[in-house]
Amino acid sequence: MATSSVLARPVPADAGRPAVECRDLTVRFMSERRTVTALERVSVTVTEGSFLTLLGPSGCGKSTLLRVIADIVPPSSGDVRVLSKTPAEARRNREIGFVFQDATLLPWRNALDNVRLPLEVGGRHELPPGSMGPEELLALVGLAGWEKALPHELSGGMRQRVSIARALLGGPRVLLMDEPFGALDEITRDRLNEELLRIWHETGTTIIFVTHSIYEAAFLGQQVLMLAARPGRVREIVTIDLPEPRRLSMRETAGFTAQAAHLRAVLETC
Amino acid sequence: MASDLSIPETVSLEVTSDAWTTAQRRERWRRRLLPLAGGAALLFIWWALIAIFHVRSFIAPAPDVVATTFYAKFGMLMANLGPTALEALCGFALGNTAAIAIATVFVHRKSVEQAFFPIAVLLHSIPVVATAPILVLLLGNGLAPKVSIAAIICFFPTLVNMVRGLESVGAQSMELMHVLSATQREVFFKLRVPTSLPFLFSALRIAASTATVGAIVGEWIGSQVGIGALIIQATYNFDAALLYATVLCGSAFSVAFFQVIRLIERLVVRWDAQSVS
Repeated sequence: MATSSVLARPVPADAGRPAVECRDLTVRFMSERRTVTALERVSVTVTEGSFLTLLGPSGCGKSTLLRVIADIVPPSSGDVRVLSKTPAEARRNREIGFVFQDATLLPWRNALDNVRLPLEVGGRHELPPGSMGPEELLALVGLAGWEKALPHELSGGMRQRVSIARALLGGPRVLLMDEPFGALDEITRDRLNEELLRIWHETGTTIIFVTHSIYEAAFLGQQVLMLAARPGRVREIVTIDLPEPRRLSMRETAGFTAQAAHLRAVLETC
Repeated sequence: MASDLSIPETVSLEVTSDAWTTAQRRERWRRRLLPLAGGAALLFIWWALIAIFHVRSFIAPAPDVVATTFYAKFGMLMANLGPTALEALCGFALGNTAAIAIATVFVHRKSVEQAFFPIAVLLHSIPVVATAPILVLLLGNGLAPKVSIAAIICFFPTLVNMVRGLESVGAQSMELMHVLSATQREVFFKLRVPTSLPFLFSALRIAASTATVGAIVGEWIGSQVGIGALIIQATYNFDAALLYATVLCGSAFSVAFFQVIRLIERLVVRWDAQSVS
């Protein structure tokens, strides 16, 4: 349905500049009996406008890394910069959007009012000029006409679409996604994967996407950051070479299969 | 053979769906009428037992005698229901407001909750009937002790449910509010309060019936008017018909109060509280 003119990516003025920089990032969780090192000396740079997927076994600290960037979890040591600012500053400036594993919608609010929530809290009552409004964003995620529906009237996939629209409100320059399609069935997941790429092309946002699916990581990411577990550390950064725009059918090509096989081989050493 | 297997025209499908709606309608009426039939049967058994065993009416009156008394003394019953209803409503308002306010403090100041919640639970274990005389001694014979008893009886279930409701906010919802840089006040009003509403209403429904019980118990000790006082008087005078009519009057009020709360709940809580995502 999307024409190639829609998919021609608007090149951000500051393309090539880092959106997120982590240097020697270490996160430890202290409990009464022992200390768990979730991340150890992780260094990674994510270029503005790029799509990075985080892949690794459970316990490798993928979600923790995302939460440090979003200022939800404080780092124990090391340095994190989001658009050259601290994560807290970027969060207060609304430059970070976050999509959780569950849609995390407020069940008493309809779809539109859920997307509007960011305008009612945190002292940001107006949209930055030129950014898309709540109705436009619902249309962008394919939910035009569902504005008045309550969350329990929507399917799991539709709820996650609402939460993506909410995260995009205000045009954040960095979108963090924590296994957003992990709880969905495969058909819905495939469809949302393709749509997410379209949204990425249309908005030009930097996306960091956590997944435990090799195919999702390879299909979505320009680069895949592979983390090893216990303690969580960088194993390898794999560049995925696929023609743009990506289509679901590409997953059957030899090129894609070879790259997925490589990811699987690396994953076995994590 | 082949013609037998071919799917018949839509006409017969409509006939089937017509039969289906008729069956549905019949089922609905059955469900409405059966409880009425059950009630009528019980009234008949009550009436028959009294007639067969010649139970005298000051021991246990027949249903028709109760109905006649209820009609004849309707004005007097209503005059006594007035104060009881007022006490129950005031107690309900007072007890629940206090419970909601204290639950709010508990949620924001963990140390206050840890200090006072066990004491609240301990106080709750004292039976209300036992505290009633103490309150009458403290507060005299007017409205105050009855309102307090009704308030105390409402207080604990609401406190417990409200604390649970305000704290039942999901971890991800809290993270979402943090990412949006929401203030504590915004988290409370935009997230905690709506989340707690289903919990609050289930406590309020219980409180609607127990507030009436509290007011009646309060009236048993030193009162000249009210449903409770009338119950005591009727018992001492061996006026069983009046006693039954009074009890009927009190429970009718309690049921009506409960239904009003349920109606408000349906208007306020329109989402599916079970599927909080």
